[in-house]
Amino acid sequence: MSLAASSSIASAAAAPPSIGRRLLLERLTGLGFAMPAFVLLMLTILLPLAVLLVLSLSNYEFGGVDMDWVGLANYQKALADPVIRRSLWNTLLYVAIVVPGGVLGALLIAVLVHRRSRTRSLYEVAYFLPVTSTLIAMATVWQFLLHPTLGPVNGVLKWLGVGSIAFLSEPSTALATLAVIGVWQLLGFNMILFLAGLTAIPRDLYEAADIDGCSGGLDRFLTITWPLLGPTTMFVLVTTMITAFKVFDTVAVMTRGGPVGSTEVLLYNVYLEGFQYFHTGYAAALTFIFLAFILVFSAVQTFALDKKVHY
Amino acid sequence: MATVALSSIAKSFGSTRVLGGVDLDIADGEFLTLVGPSGCGKSTLIRIIAGLEHQDAGGVAIGGAPVDHLRPHERRVAMVFQSYALYPHMTVRANIGLPLTMSRLRLWQRLPLLRLLSAQRRRVMRYIDADVAAVAGQLQLDHLLDRKPAQLSGGQRQRVALGRAMVRSPEVFLMDEPLSNLDAKLRVHMRTELAELHKRLGATFIYVTHDQVEAMTMSDRVAMMDAGSILQLGAPSELYERPASLKVAQFIGSPAINLLPATVGSSGRIELFGRPLALSAPLAQGQAVTLGVRCEALSLLHGDSAGPGRAWFSARLRRKENLGSEYILHFDLAGRDAAGVTMRASPAVAAGVNEAAEVTLGFDEAACHVFDADGARVEPRSPGGATGSVVPLRAWP
Repeated sequence: MSLAASSSIASAAAAPPSIGRRLLLERLTGLGFAMPAFVLLMLTILLPLAVLLVLSLSNYEFGGVDMDWVGLANYQKALADPVIRRSLWNTLLYVAIVVPGGVLGALLIAVLVHRRSRTRSLYEVAYFLPVTSTLIAMATVWQFLLHPTLGPVNGVLKWLGVGSIAFLSEPSTALATLAVIGVWQLLGFNMILFLAGLTAIPRDLYEAADIDGCSGGLDRFLTITWPLLGPTTMFVLVTTMITAFKVFDTVAVMTRGGPVGSTEVLLYNVYLEGFQYFHTGYAAALTFIFLAFILVFSAVQTFALDKKVHY
Repeated sequence: MATVALSSIAKSFGSTRVLGGVDLDIADGEFLTLVGPSGCGKSTLIRIIAGLEHQDAGGVAIGGAPVDHLRPHERRVAMVFQSYALYPHMTVRANIGLPLTMSRLRLWQRLPLLRLLSAQRRRVMRYIDADVAAVAGQLQLDHLLDRKPAQLSGGQRQRVALGRAMVRSPEVFLMDEPLSNLDAKLRVHMRTELAELHKRLGATFIYVTHDQVEAMTMSDRVAMMDAGSILQLGAPSELYERPASLKVAQFIGSPAINLLPATVGSSGRIELFGRPLALSAPLAQGQAVTLGVRCEALSLLHGDSAGPGRAWFSARLRRKENLGSEYILHFDLAGRDAAGVTMRASPAVAAGVNEAAEVTLGFDEAACHVFDADGARVEPRSPGGATGSVVPLRAWP
């Protein structure tokens, strides 16, 4: 900018600069300011995406010296592959459990915790702990807790007379169990976001509601809390959904996609194809499909909710 | 319509005592203002009447019946908040109508989805809309009913808050500094509107403000509060003309009352700057007292206007304030260890005073208020009264 400024001063001293010249200088200055951010964006996001796109159109294998263009063959193969279809279905199922559980559960906890005065920070810490702890380490704990013979959860079930359930090794329960763990891990973070939203609601609105006869818990929630939490809810909803789509670590550590593929999810397949089988081109195509899903879901949620949310 | 009776209301927040046993009887249809500096407990008192806070001791009765066990909406009161507390996500129509939807619809008729099943709901909502329209018409809000609060000006929001209070036709209106977020011009306008609204509705108004002008201009009676108790309760003119204590005198009136330090001389006669006045007070000799003189009671003295019953002192003009129709003159007391005084003067009088010129100011002794060292009002014995002997002031320099 100093360059542009000094040159404009210099030209002003010599002769009155034409308006066109001044505009050009202004534009160049503006571009100069935008350049660093643009370069970073290129290097860190757009360029890798372009490389990914190129790879997805090839049959490149990791470590290979040459590759051939295959056009959209990778995509065709992926959409026809029953394993990928199953993992897509599993991912959607996982998202369908984690999003409502993680959002509504966190909202409920936030509303309950918000009213506590002395114990509030205690609850906050307790619910936030899963966020701070590494999931790989906690997965070991979960594995122990849910163990069919040694785990205390099954101990309680047996004592209740339900009988033991092999949560992680039974195809019918494995994905749901992982989803519950996913909810558990998300609750704390979402709760903090909701608490921030609750704190921002002016107290006198509740007092006015009290005087207007809107004093029952449900009425207060539906009339004031819920509408005014709109922006927070939308943010939590979208981020939770993206996080849920990205489920990988619990699958990789606890079930490795099993039993019989019942917990294979999209990202786990990307990992298998890319890092185990070294089908880099195919994995790139899967990643693009994955990104497309996230984009579509986020966009739909944002546009559908944006009109209903009061800012 | 309803009376409001408070009996020895006490309230503490932690170890801080906010209200120390307040008794107050408010007549049906009265406009009573609680006025006082911030932190005096006036807002807490009105919130206790509303039921938003609970008193530690004492009782509230509305219309003769105790309401201490009732929730805010069961007390048949309406409240206007300083921040207006409008629901930001609702239209003006929904804001004003909310108290009615709450009272006229059952819970399930208010729930999302479920309410679609109710045929009765539509009929009730039509009645509510009609009532809202009636209130909106009274407040000139008809054309704003579909807007949201963020799209309204400060004065319009204020009227929506009033509308929400009026729509239930409550017996008692509680107003917690409702005008303090408005600009000066609008505030003056709304004062008139509120006073007219009170007259039209005939309801009991309890109004909290820290602005003594609002208290003086709108109220039937004013309760001046300080440090959790009522210092004086009476008509605005009573507080102005016979303040019960130094604090009341200082708070009520604009510009503030002039305070002059004086002492009690021999035989109880009050001495101002060493000169005995005709006034005497039933206090011990040597005691310090404060004389309160309103700025309109002061006048410029010329040689011939001093006389019996008129006190005087010399002062030096510091500044003239032009208010258009009149001037406020600020004087320093020449060579005295006391705060300056202010005087109200006509433009003609003000023109005759030059800056830094020393003048003599005088006041009618009967028009001054005497306060003892604790700030309590002392009734002076006026000249020709109990003391009997009138000493003509003849110390003209």
